[in-house]
Amino acid sequence: MTDSPSARLLTATRRPDVSANALAPPPHARDNGKIVGLFRELFSYRELAFFLAWRDIKVRYKQAVLGILWAVIQPLFTTVVFTILFGKLANLPNDGMPPSVFYLSGLVPWLYFSSTVTNVSMSLVSNADILTKIYFPRILLPTAVAGGNLVDFVIGAVIVMVTAVICGVHPSFSWLLWPLLMVPTLVLSLSVGMILAALNVKYRDIRYVVPFAIQLWLFATPIIYPASLVPEQYRLLLGLNPLSGLIEVFRHSLNPNVVLHWDLLATSLAITIGLFIGAIAFFTRSERAFADYV
Amino acid sequence: MSYSVAIEGISKRYRIGSRANATLRERIVQWTTAPHRALKTTAPSIWALRDVSFDVLQGEVVGIIGRNGAGKSTLLKILSRITNPTSGNMRVRGRVASLLEVGVGFHNELTGRENIYLNGSILGMRKRDVDRRFDAIVEFAGVAQFLDTQVKHYSSGMRLRLGFAVAAHLEPDILVVDEVLAVGDAGFQKKCLDAMEGLQSGGRTVLFVSHNMAAVENLCSRGIWIDSGQVRMDGPAKNVIRSYMEAFAGDDGAGTDLSDADGRLGDGSIRFTRFEYLGPDGSPCSLARCGEPLWMRLHYRASREVSCPSFGFRLFTGLGTLITESYNLLHGTVIPKVKPGTAYIDVRIDSLNLLPARYTVSLWVTDEGGANVYDGDVRTVLEVEPASIYASGRLPEARQGIAFFTQSWAQPVVTG
Repeated sequence: MTDSPSARLLTATRRPDVSANALAPPPHARDNGKIVGLFRELFSYRELAFFLAWRDIKVRYKQAVLGILWAVIQPLFTTVVFTILFGKLANLPNDGMPPSVFYLSGLVPWLYFSSTVTNVSMSLVSNADILTKIYFPRILLPTAVAGGNLVDFVIGAVIVMVTAVICGVHPSFSWLLWPLLMVPTLVLSLSVGMILAALNVKYRDIRYVVPFAIQLWLFATPIIYPASLVPEQYRLLLGLNPLSGLIEVFRHSLNPNVVLHWDLLATSLAITIGLFIGAIAFFTRSERAFADYV
Repeated sequence: MSYSVAIEGISKRYRIGSRANATLRERIVQWTTAPHRALKTTAPSIWALRDVSFDVLQGEVVGIIGRNGAGKSTLLKILSRITNPTSGNMRVRGRVASLLEVGVGFHNELTGRENIYLNGSILGMRKRDVDRRFDAIVEFAGVAQFLDTQVKHYSSGMRLRLGFAVAAHLEPDILVVDEVLAVGDAGFQKKCLDAMEGLQSGGRTVLFVSHNMAAVENLCSRGIWIDSGQVRMDGPAKNVIRSYMEAFAGDDGAGTDLSDADGRLGDGSIRFTRFEYLGPDGSPCSLARCGEPLWMRLHYRASREVSCPSFGFRLFTGLGTLITESYNLLHGTVIPKVKPGTAYIDVRIDSLNLLPARYTVSLWVTDEGGANVYDGDVRTVLEVEPASIYASGRLPEARQGIAFFTQSWAQPVVTG
């Protein structure tokens, strides 16, 4: 197109190719039925979600010298430290798995969870400039972060598989649980992060709460220890942490010697779904005021 | 013709004071110690908008004017759905694009090319639409050779051009624009105005907020004057602008009391209290005359000691076009210190090269770098009377423009 914009705008009415759907749907799109409206709106803004996620990924690795290698270095080094510290020194049991596979398979989903919760909780505040200047479904910001972080998760999962093979674990069909379980892991991280993000807009205390809570959460989840180490009477308590069931199954899908904790997984999934519904409700209720507070 | 935007009784209340910004701890303390009070006490609040209603017809270009803090921006934010009204209804027919800032969501680490896609998508364009208009956007912005450079290396002008270029290629049914034209160099502003005019004749509905009255007058058929959160006047743009300018002008040229001027900015470390004109003889006068010297005496009160302040004024036409701005530091006059108390400072204009009309003078005072505003946007009127500048018996007139230059004419020289 070589004509000047003004000329182009002048003739805009005479050009049928100027598509009517060049822009997102009109603002009243959400009026027709709350949930249906929300999903229809989200669908129409799907490209923005993609661009926001793409921006996050691009920016995250653009300035780092080692770039995407960090997604490899972080879980590997932490695994080495954990293996020495908890495996060799503290002598914690590994459910009969090779220690590196044991720690790595817990760490990769954990690192996704912790970084996603942290980043999502900051996603509204750090995009304040956009929030106060333009309308789009606010839920896109947390969603884009959680989606963008999947890149690291997938890289991590590949490292887990490669390490397992190197350590002599035979590949099996149960490994296919990994891609499946990424979905509830994403939903769980997103839900927790979204609630924190909405609170963070009003109460900036959240930014101090999050790192602290994440630290505690690490110990409340069977990552440095197997769930089997927890006495029977406290298992229920462990199951209330929705991440426990997910991590146990992530881990044990690589361990042919152990029966998978389907009951623990079912509890985790139920809690995750509940949290997700709660988080969406809370978020959509608070989002009306985001621009006034952020 | 059918409406594009219909708003009925829109009000917006903002909570101010402690409650709105309470920290989590304060909230918890409040709820645990006195839950009944936490429920009952209403925080102090201000109404940014109060019962605003109007319809905008399809294809209408409406200028929204008003002083700073009158509620214009809140209105635009509600129209663009960034914030929700406290009460009232809004109905919109068509796709809305809002342009409250140019280059929203630009990311410094990304290249120009990447930012075009990101920004376009934030503004509501689809990728294929950006693809299709990409070359036109780049051409409009004039950044072709920097496309793959990170935006952090762009000058502010380049950023601005790129941002506006993307925005100018949006094709909404309704466009909501805030003050976008107030920035950029003259050439670029012209380009933006042309694009806006294109929008106008393209049959789009435009809601346009600006302090540039000339732009509003040129672009808009209708004006809405928002004052203290309410619609004060709604009608043909020309009439609304005239009333608006007159309302601030006051009617006393000499010795205007500024101590309770409304809409002023700044923290009040220094406040202008009075404004006087002095004639050629140094005595107060009420008339300023074309071509004669004019002294402006700015009386102020300083509430604390301020070092190296920057006093300045802006001169506007009756339609709000900035004619000139000047300040003491520009002239190399450094005022080392202002002591608490009252004082005045004189500005001497050697020759007032303005044609007869009513002008607006806006005073400001800031710190040396301009970062802290002590007082600002304090307006008063300057009425310029015709005078026989050239002693030729003919008087200069307002229709000859805004300003004049002193000149001389020679007799024709015969060349053939």
